[in-house]
Amino acid sequence: MMETEDSDLRKLLKEKDDEIERLKKLLTIKTPAVVEEKDIFVQSDDRPAVREKLNNAEISRYSRQLILPEIGVKGQLSISSASVLVVGAGGLGCPSSIYLAAAGIGRIGLVDYDEVELTNLHRQILHTEAKVGVTKSASAAHACKSLNSHVECIPYHLQLNSSNALQLIKQYDIVLDATDNVATRYLLNDACILANKPLVSGSALRFEGQLTVYNYDGGPCYRCLYPKPPPPETVTNCSDGGVLGVVPGTIGCLQALEAIKIAAGIGPSFSQVMLMFDGLDGTFRRIKLRGRQPSCPLCGTQPSITQLIDYEQFCGARADDKDKCLKVLDPAHRITVHEYNKMLETGSNHILVDVRTEVEMDICRLPHQPINIPINRIGQEESIATIQRRLTISEEKPSVVVVCRRGNDSQIAVETLLKCFKDSDLDIKDIRGGLHAWAKHIDTNFPVY
Amino acid sequence: MALRICLEFSGGAELLFNKTKKHEVTLPVCEKDWTIGSLLPWMRETMLKERPELFMQGNTVRPGILVLINDSDWELMGELDYSIKENDRIIFISTLHGG
Ligand SMILES: [Zn+2]
Repeated sequence: MMETEDSDLRKLLKEKDDEIERLKKLLTIKTPAVVEEKDIFVQSDDRPAVREKLNNAEISRYSRQLILPEIGVKGQLSISSASVLVVGAGGLGCPSSIYLAAAGIGRIGLVDYDEVELTNLHRQILHTEAKVGVTKSASAAHACKSLNSHVECIPYHLQLNSSNALQLIKQYDIVLDATDNVATRYLLNDACILANKPLVSGSALRFEGQLTVYNYDGGPCYRCLYPKPPPPETVTNCSDGGVLGVVPGTIGCLQALEAIKIAAGIGPSFSQVMLMFDGLDGTFRRIKLRGRQPSCPLCGTQPSITQLIDYEQFCGARADDKDKCLKVLDPAHRITVHEYNKMLETGSNHILVDVRTEVEMDICRLPHQPINIPINRIGQEESIATIQRRLTISEEKPSVVVVCRRGNDSQIAVETLLKCFKDSDLDIKDIRGGLHAWAKHIDTNFPVY
Repeated sequence: MALRICLEFSGGAELLFNKTKKHEVTLPVCEKDWTIGSLLPWMRETMLKERPELFMQGNTVRPGILVLINDSDWELMGELDYSIKENDRIIFISTLHGG
């Protein structure tokens, strides 16, 4: 009786000891040291060692992909010797880098200038609640390293620009465009052509995603397809347009797949082909694209672009997806949230026009009955008539106050309304900083989205 | 003879066209063949409600919109000169930049 109890206890002790060993090992996985901008120029051109043999641990670990005849030992050795630079550790960069790590890519570089925010977590799935405020590149590198400690992960905490892009890209075999803005997309494209690296490009917005591989085996580059940048007012970022997390998740996974196929020597499926994914309709569509364009100023027969340029200037847009602060209105037509709060307190007679979309109206609204006219309808006859009606039912002439989420659209709306009501002496103003300013300065319990 | 074709919009281009991704349209009888070059101004006049500059620049689509004819890049099909045929499917994709 005593003996069996003794052996049970011993067994339990052994299990606990093993568990402690395992946890200790986990703790030793440190976040890889972050590389800052100044450091990328002093790094040597060393590459992940070219592997000639898989060890037993690797054979076990990668066995399920190793037995695929398309991969095999040769393919796995190529994967382990390859280096991939993932630019952007966000909605695309998170899923792609973690699958690259899982597959055993030799070296993964992760570039991001940003820190983790709460609004990132629904799609940038390598960052956790505890990582809010932490450097994104470090957070993603830590996650990759935790999954596969044999992979070398290098986080670069920097904004990719014309003076550092080539230096960085030259150190890698394959580049993933997981960025969120037009200027950086042109920069990455040009740098990949100049350094002759394949560029696996993904993008996503709302329910849709796009994927293609540039600069591979006679295929086009980004400029072959889009010689001129889009007008800045036609570009929507995830913060304004919204995005369902699993959509960049899907595209990011496919970017990893294309990169792994290139690394393994299989070759990509989306060179000179674009994938259009519509998550709302559930459709994947393959589009046949033009080949390399002889007239392309970058990769054509007589290139005029032989070095990196100023991409923010070229695109007329900043190289991030941060909210812009418009200043189009004369200060005389603007009030602060404090002034508006005073108007509410004193019961000042006014019409509040909220120019956000219907969905946004459902999220939150100011404590005063508004007229909702979405910004794209502000100048229409019907909208003006709605305001007119409200003006006429009031005995004393009210003023008009326009509000939006951040104080950009409200300025455009006031400009339009001033034109529409130019023959009256109507007092029209917008609230500086919109609902974000209201939440910051007046009602800290007000939701921010 | 009038031509029945399908016009599709994606990547946000549908927001300019009544937020509808798919439009079955009939192009009226015309002396000359319908081409993409004549389709674009027809679309601007009959289908676009507001802000045509977000769809067209000059006589062609604005930068950042890719045109596909039956799932092929229009560059492979003659761009503005392509002669439209019955049941063609023409897609206008606004390029996405987010991630
Ligand atoms: Zn090109």
